[in-house]
Amino acid sequence: MAARRPGERSLLVPLLLPTWAMIGVFMVLPVGVMALYSFLTREFRGGVDWTFSLSAYDQFFFDRGLFGDEAPRLQWAYISIFWRSIWQAVIATVLCLLVGFPTAWFIATRPARSRGVWLFLITVPYWVNLLIRTVSLRFLLRDTGPLNQGLMSLGLVDAPLPVVNTNLAVQLGLFYSYLPFMVLPIYAAVERYNFALSEAAADLYASRWTTLREIVLPLVKPGIVAGCLLVFVPSLGAFLAPDLLGGAKTFMIGSLIDEQIKGSQGNWPFGAAVAVILMTLVLIALVAYARSVTRERSA
Amino acid sequence: MKAAIELRQVVKRYGATTALHGVTLEIGDNEFFTLLGPSGCGKTTLLRMIAGFEDVTEGQILLFGEDISGREPNRRPVNTVFQQYALFPHMSVIDNVAFGLKMKGMDLASRRQRAGRMLEMVHLLAFADRLPSQLSGGQQQRVALARALAPEPKVLLLDEPLSALDLKLRQAMRVELKQLQEETGITFVFVTHDQEEALTMSDRIAVMSAGRVQQVGPPREIYEAPVNRFVADFIGETNLLEVEVEAVEGGMARVVLPGGHRIACPAAAGTAGRHHLSIRPERLAIASQGGEIEATVERVVYLGTDLQIITRLDGGAAFDVRLQNSARVAVPAPGTRVGLHLEEGAARLLAD
Repeated sequence: MAARRPGERSLLVPLLLPTWAMIGVFMVLPVGVMALYSFLTREFRGGVDWTFSLSAYDQFFFDRGLFGDEAPRLQWAYISIFWRSIWQAVIATVLCLLVGFPTAWFIATRPARSRGVWLFLITVPYWVNLLIRTVSLRFLLRDTGPLNQGLMSLGLVDAPLPVVNTNLAVQLGLFYSYLPFMVLPIYAAVERYNFALSEAAADLYASRWTTLREIVLPLVKPGIVAGCLLVFVPSLGAFLAPDLLGGAKTFMIGSLIDEQIKGSQGNWPFGAAVAVILMTLVLIALVAYARSVTRERSA
Repeated sequence: MKAAIELRQVVKRYGATTALHGVTLEIGDNEFFTLLGPSGCGKTTLLRMIAGFEDVTEGQILLFGEDISGREPNRRPVNTVFQQYALFPHMSVIDNVAFGLKMKGMDLASRRQRAGRMLEMVHLLAFADRLPSQLSGGQQQRVALARALAPEPKVLLLDEPLSALDLKLRQAMRVELKQLQEETGITFVFVTHDQEEALTMSDRIAVMSAGRVQQVGPPREIYEAPVNRFVADFIGETNLLEVEVEAVEGGMARVVLPGGHRIACPAAAGTAGRHHLSIRPERLAIASQGGEIEATVERVVYLGTDLQIITRLDGGAAFDVRLQNSARVAVPAPGTRVGLHLEEGAARLLAD
C-alpha cells in the first residue's frame, strides 16, 4: 500500500463528489421514488395520495385480498404475465446468442483494419429511433408485407403466415432490438482470445468441437454472460416490441407498467409495485449467478 | 539414417508472394535438427507446415515414410512447443500437461499419473495445481515442454521456445533441452534465429534465408566450412573481403586481397574472377612483423574473455582480429603496423 501523500485526504471528498452525485441522482433517487410510490395509495386522476398502503402488492399477488373477510387467494393473471415475459426474454436471449456469437466471432477474426468497419455496420441501424425500427419490422412481417408477399409469389405458402400479433413477432422484435448488446461484449472477449490456444489444442489432438467446448467457450464466457444479461434484462421490461408487434395475448410486464403509469385508468402505486417486483427478481437472479461463479472459481 | 521427416520440394505461397521455394530436407530419427535463419526466412512457416497449421502449396511432407501433407493438425503424431507457450490459462498445470492424453482417450487415473511423471521430469511436480499465470516464464516454458512431450510424439517441434527467457535461463535451458532430447530419443525440430543456440544444441543445422535452405550440416561444418556468403556472414563473425582469383593449381588458389597482398586458399579447379573470401577473426595470429597480410591497428575493444582488434588493411578494408584475453598476449597499440598470420584453412573462398 502506498502511503497517502499530504493533502490527498482533503482532495478525496471533492474528487468523489461527482460519482456520489451521479449515483445519487440517477440511481438511488429514482429507484427510491419508485419504491416509495409503490407503498402509497392510488389517486384516481393519476398520481398518488400520500397515505401508506400495501394494496398495490395485494392487488398483484392476490385475487381475494389479504385484508378482506374471505381467505386470500393467489391471483394468477399478473404472475402469468411475468412468466410469459421471462419466457419471451429467454427466447430473445437465446436467439441473440445463436446469431450474435458467430457474428462476433466473424468480426473478431477479420484483419484489424476491417474490424472497425464491421462494428460500425452493426451499429448503423441503431441510429434510427427504436420506435420507427419496430414499426418497420411490423410492416415487413404483416400479411401484405414483403415477407408474406414474397413467400406467396414463390408459391411456398397459399395464405399469408400469421406472424404479426404473435409471440414469434415479439421475440423477433426483441431479438432485433437487442442483438448488438450481445455482439459487442462477445466481440470484446473473442478479440482478446489468443488463437494460438486453438492451435495448441489441435496440436494436442483436440477436434474443432472439443476445442470450442474445452478452450474457447470457457475463455470467452465472461463476454457471453455479459451479452446475455444485456439482452435479457431489457427484454424482460420491454414494452415497444410487445405493444407494436404483439397482440392482446402477448401482453408483457413492460406494457403492464406502461399502462398503469400512462393510461387513463392508470394506477401509479400498482405500476411502481410491478416495477419493484421485476427489479427484485432480476437482482435475485444476478446474485444467484454471481455466487455460482464464485463457487466455481474457488472449487 | 532413417528419416523421421522428409520434405520433398515443399513450396508455400501466400497469394503472389512465395514464402518457401521448394525446400527438400531429410531429418533423421532421434536427431536434434535446427532450422536457423533471420526473421522472415520461412523457418517458422516450415515448422507450422509440419505441425499442420499451414497448408502445403506444393510438395510433400512425409513422417516416417507416410505422406501427412493434407492431414489436420490433430491427426498428426507430432507435438509443438509454442513460442509464447500457449498454455491454457483456465486449466491447472497438471490439466495442461494431461490435455493431450485426455484427447487421446486415456483414462483419468493413468493420465494424471503420466502427467505427474512429466512434471517430475521438468522439476515442476510441486506446482501441479497452480494456474499457468502463477508461474514464472521459465516455469511456463517447462510446462509447455512437458505438455508437448506427454503424448509421446514421434517428433517434437519447438518454435523459438527460449526467445522469451532471460540470458542465464536460456543458457541453462539449452543444456536441459539437449539432455531431454537424448533421454527421450524423440526427434526434435528446433526453430531459432539465434546461431549460438543452434550451434550448441544441434546435431545438424539447416541455415535458411529468403525461403531457401542455404546449407545443411553439423554445427562445426556450418561454422567452419560455410558454402556461401550468407552462411559465412550469418553464422558467427567473419571478415568478408572481395578478392580476385589469379590462378588455381592443385586445389589451391592464389587470390589478391584489396590491399594487393596475395594469399593461398583451397578452391575448386576452374574458379576465376572476383569472389568473396571469408576469414574468421579468431583464426588469425598477430605479430609485430611478417605474416601474409599487413595492417594498421585502429582500435582495441575489451570484451572480457576476448580482445577485439580492429585493423585496416592497406587497401582500406576494415579487418577484425579476435585474441583471447590472457596475460601472455601482447596487445598492439593503436596506430602500430602489424603482420597477420592465417591459421591453416582459415581463409575460405565463397560462392555468392
